[in-house]
Amino acid sequence: MITLQSVITLAYYALTAVAAALLVYNFVKAKSWEREVLYLIVLVPFVLRVFHLK
Amino acid sequence: MTRTDLARKLLLGALAVVFLSAAGKSFYDHRHLREPVVLGPGVTRVTTLAEFNETLRGTASDANIYILEGKEPGGTAVVFGGTHPEEPAGRLAAWLIVEHATLERGRLIVALSANRSASTVTRPSAAYPATYTIPTAWGGQTFRMGDRFTNPLDQWPDPEVFIHYPSGQYLAYVDVRNLNRAFPGRPNGTLTERTTYAFMELIRREKVDVAIDLHEAELQYPVINTIVTHQKGQDMATMVSMTLTDLEGFQIGTEFSPLNLHGLSHREIGDHSQAVSLLFEAPQPFLDATRGRTNADVLLSGRDEFVVKAGRHGLLFAPIDEKGWPIALRVGRHTSSVAQTLATWSEDNPERAIVAAGIPRYADLVKHGVGHFLRDPRQAPRDRVAYE
Repeated sequence: MITLQSVITLAYYALTAVAAALLVYNFVKAKSWEREVLYLIVLVPFVLRVFHLK
Repeated sequence: MTRTDLARKLLLGALAVVFLSAAGKSFYDHRHLREPVVLGPGVTRVTTLAEFNETLRGTASDANIYILEGKEPGGTAVVFGGTHPEEPAGRLAAWLIVEHATLERGRLIVALSANRSASTVTRPSAAYPATYTIPTAWGGQTFRMGDRFTNPLDQWPDPEVFIHYPSGQYLAYVDVRNLNRAFPGRPNGTLTERTTYAFMELIRREKVDVAIDLHEAELQYPVINTIVTHQKGQDMATMVSMTLTDLEGFQIGTEFSPLNLHGLSHREIGDHSQAVSLLFEAPQPFLDATRGRTNADVLLSGRDEFVVKAGRHGLLFAPIDEKGWPIALRVGRHTSSVAQTLATWSEDNPERAIVAAGIPRYADLVKHGVGHFLRDPRQAPRDRVAYE
């Protein structure tokens, strides 16, 4: 069970990093400032999680 | 992309970095706040939990263990503060014991952050303050506010249902990270189970006679202002309760640990070791669901108008009025209860006596406040200061 937990945790962090990268990509590609702000707000918890801060 | 678009994106990106940095620093500072502990005259050794379970070394749960030894041999007691770090009176009571107690006979072993990982995070969505400061004559000491559960940064994911080891009892999923549902633990389990296993090893190897776990409870919870005891400690707990109520000026009851409710320290320590296990509960209105603002003032003053109103409607299991339950009263209940437990144990078991002095009592705390008894780390020799 502990090994499974570790695998899930690693997969979760990898997915979080991918989601963060996609949000940054969408931010760069966005045409309107509302969309850009939205992507940045959503990005915050992902980055905090990837860096093991929250 | 036009030059205007690029400028806007750079500006918004820079703003996001500023907000991210501020949030990240706040969380980082809370998780890494170093709390100084001045080693009192009774402390002869400081070790960490990893001595009792090597797998904890280097983890957020490798808590300091303070050992106070008397000149004469006797029995051994252990005191857990910070099993639930969102209940600060337990931590602070243990803090004052480490900073002030001396042992004439026997040994006292104290943990200030029994679930150290849980002291590095607050309850998600509960708006807890990250820290609280106890005023002192030398400027005040700041402590981490914690949570009931091990930090999910250190143990994750939670299962759908927590199956307690070794009983197999089903418990709420989130209790997989609750130290006081994970006793007696196992050496290769979750971080929380490895922590309780280390405490069990400490209790078994050091031949602990009495284990005391310090807690606080919301007033809407029926187990409050009481000593919860394993059946091995029923006589002693009853005597402690009667003596405290008679001599110290506060009411404290006795309840018996349910035989079939597993994972709690008062049940499992008694079942899986030679020690008598007790758990003390003091009242903490901050934890009540009907509280109003959730801030450090309510945490320390124990005053909340909405909890008082709930009391008027008969919804509480402990009394409360506009004076609330200040932290000094809550800490004093715990320090007096620990001191009286040691005294009662020693009367009943003279060959395994644990004779302690210097522990501030309830009346001292009510008169002077908690800050009066916190020692200034700047005035202590460097080798007599530890950090939580």
